[in-house]
Amino acid sequence: MKFDTPATTNPIDRLKVVGQPLDRIDGPLKTTGTAPYAYERHDVVADPAYGHVVGAAIAKGRIQRMDLAAARHAPGVLAIVTAANAGTLDKGSFNTARLLGGPDIEHYHQAVALVVAESFEQARAAAELVRIDYAPEPGSFNLRAAAGSATLPHENDITGPAETHVGDFTEAFARAPVTLDETYTTPDHSHAMMEPHATLAQWDGDRLTVWTSNQMIAWANADLAKTLGLPKEKVRVVSPFIGGGFGGKLFLRADVLLAALGARAAGRPVKVALQRPLIANNTTHRPATIQRIRLGAERDGTITAIAHESLSGDLKGGGPETAVNQTRLLYAGRNRMTAMRLAVLDLPEGNAMRAPGEAPGMMALEIAMDEMAEKLGLDPVEFRIRNDTQVDPENPQRPFSSRPFIECLRLGAERFGWSARSPRPGQRREGQWLIGMAMAAAFRNNLLMKSGARVRLDKAGRVTVETDMTDIGTGSYTIIAQTAAETMGVPMEQVVVRLGDSEFPVSAGSGGQFGANNATSGVYAACVKLREEVARRLGFNSREAEFSDGEVRVGNRTIALGAAAAEGEIVAEDFIEYGDLDKTHQQSTFGAHFVEVAVDRATGEARIRRMLAVCAAGRILNPKSARSQVIGAMTMGAGAALMEELAVDTRRGFFVNHDLAGYEVPVHADVPHQEVIFLDETDPFSSPMKAKGVGELGICGVGAAVANAIYSATGVRIRDYPITLDKYLDRLPDVA
Amino acid sequence: MKVRLVVNGTPHELNLDTRTSLLDALREHLHLTGTKKGCDHGQCGACTVLVDGVRINSCLTLAVMHEGDRVTTIEGLGTPERLHPMQAAFVRHDGYQCGYCTPGQICSAIAVLDEINEGIPSHVTERLDGAPELSADELRERMTGNVCRCGAYSNIVDAISEIAGSRA
Amino acid sequence: MRSFSYERAASPAQAAEAAIHNPGAKFIAGGTNLLDLMKLQIEAPPHLIDVNGLGLDEITPTEDGGLRVGALVSNTRLAADMRIRCDYALLARALLSGASGQLRNKATTAGNLLQRTRCPYFYDTAQPCNKRQPGSGCSAIGGVSRQLGVIGTSEACIATHPSDMAVALRVLDAEVETVRADGTCRRIAMADFHLLPGDTPHIETMLEPGELITAVVLPHPVGGRHIYRKVRDRASYAFALVSIGAIVQPDGSGRVAVGGVAHKPWRVEAAESELPRGAQSVCERLLAGARPTRDNAFKITLVERTLRAVLNEARG
Repeated sequence: MKFDTPATTNPIDRLKVVGQPLDRIDGPLKTTGTAPYAYERHDVVADPAYGHVVGAAIAKGRIQRMDLAAARHAPGVLAIVTAANAGTLDKGSFNTARLLGGPDIEHYHQAVALVVAESFEQARAAAELVRIDYAPEPGSFNLRAAAGSATLPHENDITGPAETHVGDFTEAFARAPVTLDETYTTPDHSHAMMEPHATLAQWDGDRLTVWTSNQMIAWANADLAKTLGLPKEKVRVVSPFIGGGFGGKLFLRADVLLAALGARAAGRPVKVALQRPLIANNTTHRPATIQRIRLGAERDGTITAIAHESLSGDLKGGGPETAVNQTRLLYAGRNRMTAMRLAVLDLPEGNAMRAPGEAPGMMALEIAMDEMAEKLGLDPVEFRIRNDTQVDPENPQRPFSSRPFIECLRLGAERFGWSARSPRPGQRREGQWLIGMAMAAAFRNNLLMKSGARVRLDKAGRVTVETDMTDIGTGSYTIIAQTAAETMGVPMEQVVVRLGDSEFPVSAGSGGQFGANNATSGVYAACVKLREEVARRLGFNSREAEFSDGEVRVGNRTIALGAAAAEGEIVAEDFIEYGDLDKTHQQSTFGAHFVEVAVDRATGEARIRRMLAVCAAGRILNPKSARSQVIGAMTMGAGAALMEELAVDTRRGFFVNHDLAGYEVPVHADVPHQEVIFLDETDPFSSPMKAKGVGELGICGVGAAVANAIYSATGVRIRDYPITLDKYLDRLPDVA
Repeated sequence: MKVRLVVNGTPHELNLDTRTSLLDALREHLHLTGTKKGCDHGQCGACTVLVDGVRINSCLTLAVMHEGDRVTTIEGLGTPERLHPMQAAFVRHDGYQCGYCTPGQICSAIAVLDEINEGIPSHVTERLDGAPELSADELRERMTGNVCRCGAYSNIVDAISEIAGSRA
Repeated sequence: MRSFSYERAASPAQAAEAAIHNPGAKFIAGGTNLLDLMKLQIEAPPHLIDVNGLGLDEITPTEDGGLRVGALVSNTRLAADMRIRCDYALLARALLSGASGQLRNKATTAGNLLQRTRCPYFYDTAQPCNKRQPGSGCSAIGGVSRQLGVIGTSEACIATHPSDMAVALRVLDAEVETVRADGTCRRIAMADFHLLPGDTPHIETMLEPGELITAVVLPHPVGGRHIYRKVRDRASYAFALVSIGAIVQPDGSGRVAVGGVAHKPWRVEAAESELPRGAQSVCERLLAGARPTRDNAFKITLVERTLRAVLNEARG
């Protein structure tokens, strides 16, 4: 199905199932521990051997000598895989560093060996016996120090232009009566999903099957085949349940490759889970940024000049953190510029993490907007309203498909009790606590991706959906079932959803908050095809046929849906693909975050007391699971504001706090009750579903709202995340 | 080394490496994979099980140290067809996303209500000389050893509160 | 984790004796820190002596009106004991501020005292660390040291002791009761139990090889306001940036110790005479000679501000 004109009325609009806050259908499996994750597939492989990964002990240099003798002779050891014995390996097109290092080492904890043994305990013990002599080389580990050598990143579809210029920023900024010029920093972040990267690999002759934990089945399939030099058809990737990804499982990672190589070397199935202390340095992370923002405005608050420059680093051949994305689109202003610079760093590989670009970009921009509002003497909500735009500010003939940004701001202000806020910081006190209230905008683009599905109808009227789409906790199983149920006119119980298998049609996958809208649209397309075939078999005109309550109706003729499959299962396959509606119209999602924090007057500890997000993201396919996505993103954003930082040892070139004790993420006690309001809207430009992404919108801006609230509480402005007490303790009021 | 465990009411006799954690005994030997390995170092709580009714991290204890112990895992609470009330509340409140921390959260939640019931204080308990309250703040503090990176906390606390309320 | 043999000890004396017969053996009780470290092969005992069956899990009154807390009493049970909650509230508060519910259920009184540092370089076996591998150097000095020690540190080590409970026990003037391999028992004052790193940061306590902790003895309650204030980035389940344990009497006198700043709970009795004059006076003496790093210099300010808040609370 090609989607190239705005959606009109279609079966989804019935909203009998879609749009309902249904319990997720994977809930009973997940809450009983019966949903099988990659490392747990006792059902498919009876007796796998265990692989334990050895990570490089240096950040950069070469392996001079590897002594495997002791490990090889350790009890239970079946095989040891290293770059020296693994044969020729290519590199996946989505990988920057090789997944099996040696002799050259590209980053700390890059995998250099896999020890395979009969038991987990034996593999772990033997891995400690691998002796490696390294010749370390000096590397570049300090983003600030590397700023001078940073260059323009290569432009592609993902990064967008390295620089943009509209009007004359320099001139307008120089003339503006009110200006702001500040620099903000965000640190490296770790996805820290709860399920480690894990894979069970089995060879059958030259055919390889991996049960793994991956967000993008087709990418993993292609890159595993490429790395091993196999045709894609010889590789099957299965990933029905994924214990969190957040971008960390978008790509083929070392667990998959090493399990495959280990299984080949040992001659039997092997499973590998990356050890938690390896994950932060072995896998990818969100790169740190240094962002300079300049704003110029008239005294009435009209922005006349806006510039956002961002510096980030990555391994050679890597890409930038596109932190300027939102600044190209969020606010009006005749004169504008954005620029990205990329420095080569020898730290672990930087890559996408939940809302790449916007997440750190909004952390900076939305502090800047708060600061500018204060300079202008304007309410921060009003300042944003005043600079709303209904068209792409870089390309004014290009309207937004839908942009109820002002409604989000106003509704949020009303619901949060914004009028009680004091415009002057440091005014409200409750006992030991300094109380602050603040807000920030939320913004994240909506991306359109081709997405396919296959649907089967059996004679019992049961609809089975198959797509390689994944559910990383996002609710894909449920909204896909809702889509099929709605389109085919059957109850939810009559729909079976099978996901995450490279034998199924290629979908959009889970990433960039593009999964829900595109994958359900692909399922819708396949269901429309199935409806046509059903109608044909029943002798109906498919345009007239009404599918509802498990029946097909034309006029007063009603036939059970399953009757169409009486002679045998009907299978329909299709995909959604898009015309240029995302070129003619800018498609984005919007919101507003409101936060109240309390800061301990003596110690500076900041605790969040209230959080509200108002979101506009097109049709909300399932308000219950969509709300969960938003609160989850708000929680991750709160972590980024208050505690999350991969601490870089700039001498030795690695992230020091590489476990879940050292890299603190929010716990229960950090998170108050969270409120989410969705505006009731549809976006006919986005897809037949009229939905947009929402899984990342919630993290965009929330960190800045927390930062602004700490400022509101204390009067101390911190521009370096995370906003920990050591950065402002000495500027808090004296304790009597 | 031989060890006898009673898991979810069923006696098992296992012959284990002394190094095998209780967690790996459950997952790799008894194929009870509902108990999750998130960090293997006591930093996430995904491996929470009840041993003789008390919640612990099963990753930080050796199976051989549990001779004769009664272990309850998520599989011992309910099945997809017959959910334990706490499991049903998690589904109703969408108190999970990826599902990987979820069994640990649920085992912990059940133990937390027992601990409050027994009068065991927490860091946020106002008065040490009295009984702890059953408040959202108490639940948040007590559940804090169960990390959920998806950020389902607000819903999890709602789910536990509902069950706590129905018990009260 | 290296292979090890395992036995269940039948008595404290037999446990201590077994330790002597098995060089490098370790006692295991809760195991929450030992197993963590064994998985990383930071600890690699060839033999484990399980002391859980020794019956050292009672809290009993002592002749002089104190309490004798068995080495195996779990952190949860100790914090929940009404005698502790009423008469040694500082200890209950310190325990409850540490770790998580699951860990406190397993962690024991003795094990809590014997926790090893959480310095990230100690935990990373690819990095030099004098504590883990004597003579290899300290990579924390000059590295990421925000969490690390500011006082009593040495050129060899700037690690901190992570225990909250130990800070409270130091304030309470508790004693550690042990049994040695020859069957003799002794009591070690908390003041002496933990050592400063000096040139031998791998030696962390007074315990001799094979010496087994059997109990912690709390002296007669001293009354006063008991306050344990732990400061950390996240609201719970985190090690202290700094913590303050204090007992303040109605006349303003009292005792104070600080956690998160040194290789042991940091208490300077001479500084306590300054308590009636306020936090600044106390800290001038308490933290005299501190040598923070650039990353953790804030701890000096933080200790003083937190102590001021604690003293305010005690007065209030």
